[in-house]
Formats: sequence, C-alpha cells, structure tokens
Amino acid sequence: MSALVLEVQGLRTHFFTKAGVVKAVDDVTFGVGRGRVLGLAGESGSGKSMTGYSILGLVNPPGRIVAGSIRLGGVELTTLADRAWRNLRGNRVAMVFQDPMMTLNPVLRIDTQMIEAVRAHHDVTRSAALDRCREALVRVGIPSPDERLRGYPHQFSGGMRQRVAIAIALVNKPDLIIADEPTTALDVTIQGQILHQMQLLCRESGTALIWITHDLSVIAGLADEVCVMYAGRIVEAGAVDDVLDHPMHPYTRGLLDSVPSRNTPGRPLAQIRGMTPSLLRLGDACAFRERCSRAVEACRLAPGVQLSSARALRCVNPLA
Amino acid sequence: MSAAAAPLLELRRVSKRFERRLDLAGRIARRLGANLRETVVHAVDDVSLAVREGEVVGLVGESGCGKSTLARLVSRILEPSAGERLWRGRAYAEYDNRASRRERLAVQMVFQDPFASLNPRLRIVDIVGEAPVVHGLVGRGERDDFVAQMLERVGMDASLMRRFPHQFSGGQRSRIGIARALAVSPRFLVCDEAVAALDVSIQAQVLNLFIRLREELGLTYLFISHDLGVIRHVSDRVVVMYLGRVVESGPTAEIYAQPNHPYTAALIEEVPRIDARHRSYVPIRGEIPSPLAPPAGCHFHPRCPHAFERCRREVPALREIAPGRLSSCHLNDNSCS
Repeated sequence: MSALVLEVQGLRTHFFTKAGVVKAVDDVTFGVGRGRVLGLAGESGSGKSMTGYSILGLVNPPGRIVAGSIRLGGVELTTLADRAWRNLRGNRVAMVFQDPMMTLNPVLRIDTQMIEAVRAHHDVTRSAALDRCREALVRVGIPSPDERLRGYPHQFSGGMRQRVAIAIALVNKPDLIIADEPTTALDVTIQGQILHQMQLLCRESGTALIWITHDLSVIAGLADEVCVMYAGRIVEAGAVDDVLDHPMHPYTRGLLDSVPSRNTPGRPLAQIRGMTPSLLRLGDACAFRERCSRAVEACRLAPGVQLSSARALRCVNPLA
Repeated sequence: MSAAAAPLLELRRVSKRFERRLDLAGRIARRLGANLRETVVHAVDDVSLAVREGEVVGLVGESGCGKSTLARLVSRILEPSAGERLWRGRAYAEYDNRASRRERLAVQMVFQDPFASLNPRLRIVDIVGEAPVVHGLVGRGERDDFVAQMLERVGMDASLMRRFPHQFSGGQRSRIGIARALAVSPRFLVCDEAVAALDVSIQAQVLNLFIRLREELGLTYLFISHDLGVIRHVSDRVVVMYLGRVVESGPTAEIYAQPNHPYTAALIEEVPRIDARHRSYVPIRGEIPSPLAPPAGCHFHPRCPHAFERCRREVPALREIAPGRLSSCHLNDNSCS
C-alpha cells in the first residue's frame, strides 16, 4: 500500500459531563492511503462522527482528546497550535457534513462563500479564485456553474447544495476529505449521482476519503476498507470484501444480517436483541456482550485488538 | 365470498392540490396589471389504488412524489380535491355519522418521526390510552390494564407506562407510536416511513414487529418508504410514484425482477447493496423537478434515457401490461405494435 495520508493511533476522545465521563471515542486506530476510501460504519452513538471531528480538531468542551496521536502526512495534529490549525482546515483536510443547509451560509452568495475558502489559504486574485471555484463546481457535476455561482443556497435543491458543499471541500485540493453521512438526507437517485462523483474524484486526484455512514451497503459500493464501530471502539476493520463477506465480529455479522435485502422477503429479519448501551456506564468489558449470542465469561475483560495480516478484530470469541 | 371481491380500501382517481392564495398585496398588484398567479401544487394527481384485506401494499418514491400526501388522504387527515375514497366498497362520506364511528377508527396511521409524533408532555399511559377511552372502547377504570396489554403486544415492558416520551430511545418510541395506533383496534395501518429514522439493528426489530402483528391481528398495511430494501421485504404488492402520479404497480417479486417503467428500473438499479462492491455508479441524470412546475407529458421524460417525442407531449396512461401489473410508459405501445 502507498504511504498513509492519515494515521490515527490509539485515539481517545472523552466528554467530561456532570453525569460522568463519556468515552465517545475509545482507543481508535486506523489509517488511510492516498486515493483510498475508508468507510467508517456504525449506528447512532457509536462515535463515528466524533472520530471525524477529532481528526479535524473540532471537539468542543466538555469534550477533549485525552490520548492518542493523529498524523496527517507526518504532522502530528493533536498538539497543533490554533494558527496552524487555521492553515490546515479547509486546505489540506476538509469536511463535508450531513446537512448542507447547515454548512452553507444562507445570506451569502455561493461565489462569496467559495472565494472566501480559496483566499483564506492562497494569495490569489478574486478572479483567479473564481476560476478555481468554477472548476470545482464542474467537477462535482453542477450544470451552468457561472449562473449557479451567483445564486444563494435557498435556490438550490438538497442534492445541489450537497454538491456545492463538496465543491467547497475540494476547492483547495486537500489530501483528505472527511464526509459525515453526506448522502443520508438525499434521495436514492441523487445519492447515486454523488457517490459516482466522489468515486471519480478520489481516483483522479488521489485525495483520501473517509466516508462516515450507518449504511453498510453504501460502504460496500464505495469504500476500499471499512472500520465498524460500536460504542466508541472499532470492533472490526479490514478490506471491504473480507469484512463484508466473512465478518468475524458478532456485531458486524448481526448488522449485515439485519439488512432487509439480505433476508427472504416476508420472513422475520435476523435481529440483534436489545439496544445500544449508554456510553456513560461502559467499563472495560466488551460493550456488545449483553446483546451478543456468543458472549462468554472472558468478554467481561477488555477484549484486546487481534491483528492478522490485514484485519483488526476486537473480540474474544469471534466467528470462524 | 363477496367481501373478497371488494377491496378493503380503494382510491378512485384521487387528486390533491395545494394552492397558495395571493395575499392582499398580491391581489392589488394583480389588479394593477402585475403578472401574478396563484401557485398550485399537484401533490397527488389522479391516483387509483386498491388494497385487499390482509395485503401489504408498499408505496415507494423519492421526496416530493406525493407519498405522504397520499397517506394523509387515506387516513382522513386530508380531504381530496377530486376523486373518491372507499372503505369496504362504500364511500368514506357514508361513515360520517355517529353509528359508524367505530368503522372510522379502522384506518390508523403510524408516523415517521418517533420524536415529533409523541406529545412530550403526556405520559405513555395517556398517549396510548386516550383514544380508546374517548371512543368508549374501554372504560376509564380499565385503561391502565388495557395500555399494559397494548405495550406488551408491541414488545415493551408495561411497567414503563408512567414515563414520558423523552425517557425512551428511538426504537421504543416507534413501538409506542404503533401501540397508540393499535389501541383502537384498527383493521388497516398506514405506515408513513415508520422505520426511516431508526438504526439498522433497531429497524430490523421494528420491521419484525410489523410482520408479527400482521400475522397475529390479520392487519392490512399501506407501507410507505423510500427504502426499496424495506419495501421488498414487507410488501406483497408495490406501487411506485413519481411527482404525484403512479408510474408502475404490481407484485413485489415481479417488479424487482423485471421492472417495466424506466424510472422503476433506475430506482432499483441505484439502491446500494451489500453484495455490489466497488461499483461504478452510473446515475440517472438530472434532479427531481419541482412539483410546482412539473414537466409536460410524462413527468419523467427529462431524466429518461429512452424518452422520445411523444413523451414530451402526451401523458402516458397507466395500463395493464401483464395480469396484475400496471405501468405508464409510451414504450409499452411501441413494443406492441
């Protein structure tokens, strides 16, 4: 594999609330290579979004990165000064959020917002910046970009707004884009279009992509590698084909089995019993053990990460 | 078996238009010659639909296709602008008297958002128990026992009935919403994106609940979702809508195996699947047009790879293309001739 663009080692992001310490991200390790797509999968509260925010240094109090290292192209991010962060965000690493209406400023025209993003990092003239913006809009498949640049966000449909958000992320040609459920709010046909464009962009420009989603089928079609998160920890990671074809963690298996299209129509779906535990009351034990059909006594101890050649697994009693 | 002949619920050429009237300033401006018109949205346009007793009909479509409006028309939340709604072969209006009150309760709705659809200031026992007490189905004194029974039916611990909605997770709230609908002993449930807001593992639990309740209580469902995987799993028959019109309908297995309408085909093709790896997405071009100004002719023609001259002029009729299968596409005429 080529050199890693991003390396995350033993990342822990905890929230110090009145009710106790919430371990939103707990000992997370992964890496992404140039032009590769990593899928970060998990249900609500699994810490997948918080992992993304941690990489961008967007964790607000009472949350704090308490341990671990995040290296982007060899530079350690956890100890970065504010000034250096400003230089980095939106330039070498960018983020696309779930709701494009929250990302775009409703009272500014698209060109104003995009030019601002370019000129914050590059000493170029307004018209040179505008050229870059136009180019970025074309790359995400927006027709008649000149006209669109003069529009306001409310004049765009949901899919178009998300394209603009992606174009803003792309405009400075970053090394890494973190996309947090960017197609969840969109319709199937529009989601297809955006996945198509993201795939092309990563292949062409060598930008690494972290795609955060709860939908394993999107990851199946898009990603090269996948990390499955549960209650703040990565429980299983590896190449998409390996993990989805031969899941070894009972949780991954349960998730895959509960997807309706993999079950016989009309029959009861295979389901994972119970619900996600509160992150407040987590000990060192495997967080999944109370919902797990394969739980054994040893699950009460912290399951270590087992590494094979290209696979990481956090389970003491894995599926063969 | 005359009952089997008449569908349990039928919509005949039902339309719903939403109009925005001009305000005073607008009307004055128009008097003075400004080119202002009232805006009309055809949310549901000439839709016919029949649901037989015990059947699960799945309704799919993307946002703005009118599926939620249709759900509201079926469950009497909205009145249609045109067309007829029939319950057991008789018009809805015939049930508008005191004697038929029970029969009116037979259609209930399960809403999409498990957070917004429960009153945050009421306890679960009031949310679930209010309607059956008001309608005289259970006495005030028996209410708590009745609610306990309902909660157990949807797989919840009855001892939680004194709690408020915010004390429950999304999956549990969905179950409460279902218990509320079931409390008046309906025959027909309209489920509008009832599992859309849930995580995959919880979604599977709630879908299983719907399947179990159907078997236990002999319910009939109109199951609305944008998720084709969910629809395939629960429905016997599928109806596909696009911009207010039905474009195709038929038995689930047949539609998924061999979609007839280009829109249905594209929709099924676009769905991400676990077994489709590293795929190159070849998307449908274009966006869903605004329902305020839908394209002339076939609504889908600007995005359709097979569109030809006639599609731009003429609205294709919904016609039978095989037993039990309807599709509205001009291409079907070409292949016949």
